[in-house]
Amino acid sequence: MIRFSDDKLAKVQEIIARYPEGKQKSALLPVLHLAQESFGNWLDVPVMDYVASLLSLEPIEVYEVATFYSMYNLKPVGKYLFEVCQTGPCMVSGSDDIIAYIGEKLGIKPGETTADGLFTLKTVECLGACGYAPMMQLGKHFREHLTKEKVDAIIAECRSNAAANN
Amino acid sequence: MGIKLLLDKAHVEGIRSYEVYRREGGYRSVEKALKELGPEAIVEEVKKSGLRGRGGAGFPTGMKWSFIAKPEGVPRHLVCNADESEPGTFKDRYLMEFLPHLLIEGLIVSSYALGSNATYIYIRGEYAWIPDILEEAIAEAKANGWLGKNILGTGFDLEIYVQRGAGAYICGEETALIESLEGKRGNPRIKPPFPAVKGLWDRPTVVNNVETLAAVVPIINMGGEEYAKIGVGKSTGTKLISACGNINKPGVFEIDMTISVEEFIYSDEYCGGIRNGKRLKACIPGGSSVPILPANKLFKTAKGETRYMNYESLADGGFASGTMMGSGGFIVLDEDQSVVKHTYTLARFYRHESCGQCSPCREGTGWMEKILKRILEGKGKMSDIDLLWDIQRKIEGNTICPLGDAAAWPVAAAIRHFRDEFEWYVNNPELCLTSNYGLAHYADPLEVVTA
Repeated sequence: MIRFSDDKLAKVQEIIARYPEGKQKSALLPVLHLAQESFGNWLDVPVMDYVASLLSLEPIEVYEVATFYSMYNLKPVGKYLFEVCQTGPCMVSGSDDIIAYIGEKLGIKPGETTADGLFTLKTVECLGACGYAPMMQLGKHFREHLTKEKVDAIIAECRSNAAANN
Repeated sequence: MGIKLLLDKAHVEGIRSYEVYRREGGYRSVEKALKELGPEAIVEEVKKSGLRGRGGAGFPTGMKWSFIAKPEGVPRHLVCNADESEPGTFKDRYLMEFLPHLLIEGLIVSSYALGSNATYIYIRGEYAWIPDILEEAIAEAKANGWLGKNILGTGFDLEIYVQRGAGAYICGEETALIESLEGKRGNPRIKPPFPAVKGLWDRPTVVNNVETLAAVVPIINMGGEEYAKIGVGKSTGTKLISACGNINKPGVFEIDMTISVEEFIYSDEYCGGIRNGKRLKACIPGGSSVPILPANKLFKTAKGETRYMNYESLADGGFASGTMMGSGGFIVLDEDQSVVKHTYTLARFYRHESCGQCSPCREGTGWMEKILKRILEGKGKMSDIDLLWDIQRKIEGNTICPLGDAAAWPVAAAIRHFRDEFEWYVNNPELCLTSNYGLAHYADPLEVVTA
């Protein structure tokens, strides 16, 4: 059965307390972030239903929000999600080449996950790092001024971390 | 070196911490505002300063504040718009990441002026590490008596909360932001009623950009009149410019709006010139939604005068030969870049980010992307260029929020100033499919522009 840990449940209550009484729906985006982090980096229907029950919402209210925002994953993704910016400023700084190189190194196309489930490659629109292009988001942080050498190092780092955690 | 009001302490070691920020004079404006001025006088100082919203629209901040409704017994809110998502724009990230206490200080003064006891920072979800920085600064401010109950013994209570978005450019539009903060899809609301009357949870609300709220600190410290003496005309104070693209020194710069565009691009203090010794082809000076200008229209206004980095000078000539200050997202393209391809990436961005509420935007952005793609792929017809023009005209002004305009303007300006390049793609389909969309074969009629 899906359930947040006690710590996470306390966090949910802390988030709800930021808003006036009866306005707990405002907690939906932060609680969905928390759910995604807690339950395998994606939101399946049982997870969304659980969030709805926590916030006293109808499930449809959660579905319509989860499907609107691009940061909620509605299908499984790899352990490491490479979100590479492809918008204008990144494009003029070489993001096309970086995207192609990552795809070549991992043997996948944008939108695909490697067979071992480690990596997903995704192209995204402007992440607000235009001066530090080309770049990608990996987890909570940005990786900027990407070169092929940096991409190699990031992939090696992820593989090493995955091996260490197994 | 130009005058710096926001970034003057940015390079002080440890400035992100309360201790160092306070030692450097931080939170003086809160003392002055709460103990000496009072809410109405703060609004007056902001009006006198001439501060214009730094998010892109450029509306006078003091005037916006004065519109807030004050019904008896109804809470009011200030919301800090930190949903920076306009391609080319990354200045607010810099402020929040390196000077979090400057923003918190501005929020306290502004909240006091507006009567907000619960203020929210709505930050784009992708800046996932910055909420931790802001929350640490908020905790430090609270521990030192600048937040919480009865601040400085004035009876003023304030809590500041950080809320992450989840990836939607549209949430930078103030009513979409409010919807998102209420836990809904970021669909913009029809105005009126304006947020100042009916905003967050139907309460009177002011939504201001990060840079705008940070600018309140120097305004209170130095006084509105002194602040207004910096800059020129109605472009008062300083402005953060985030510069990117094919330049030697991309980054965030603070300018006082009296320097020329040419100096900004070529001076070592700012962009440092075009990378790899290339020629300048074009520039979008205010974030992706403002009109692109070719090099030969960038340095001179419609009147033939030097074009400066301020609201009026950049806009001189209207859309025919001018552009806008916008958010200050300064994107530079060198001679190797394809304006058509760059415009295609922007059309794809706006199609992706359209909330889908209005048909002209939902359908039009998709069509613009498709047509630009087929032109790039060598499948375009000459009539496609006119079709693109027609579609952008049908989007502009016909949507609930300005995203429609933001999607239409880049396409319009690209056709207006670079029609010959669109025609080259149509006339050379075999070259479009090879060699980076045929750029190597494109002999453009650029004027040589150097410093």
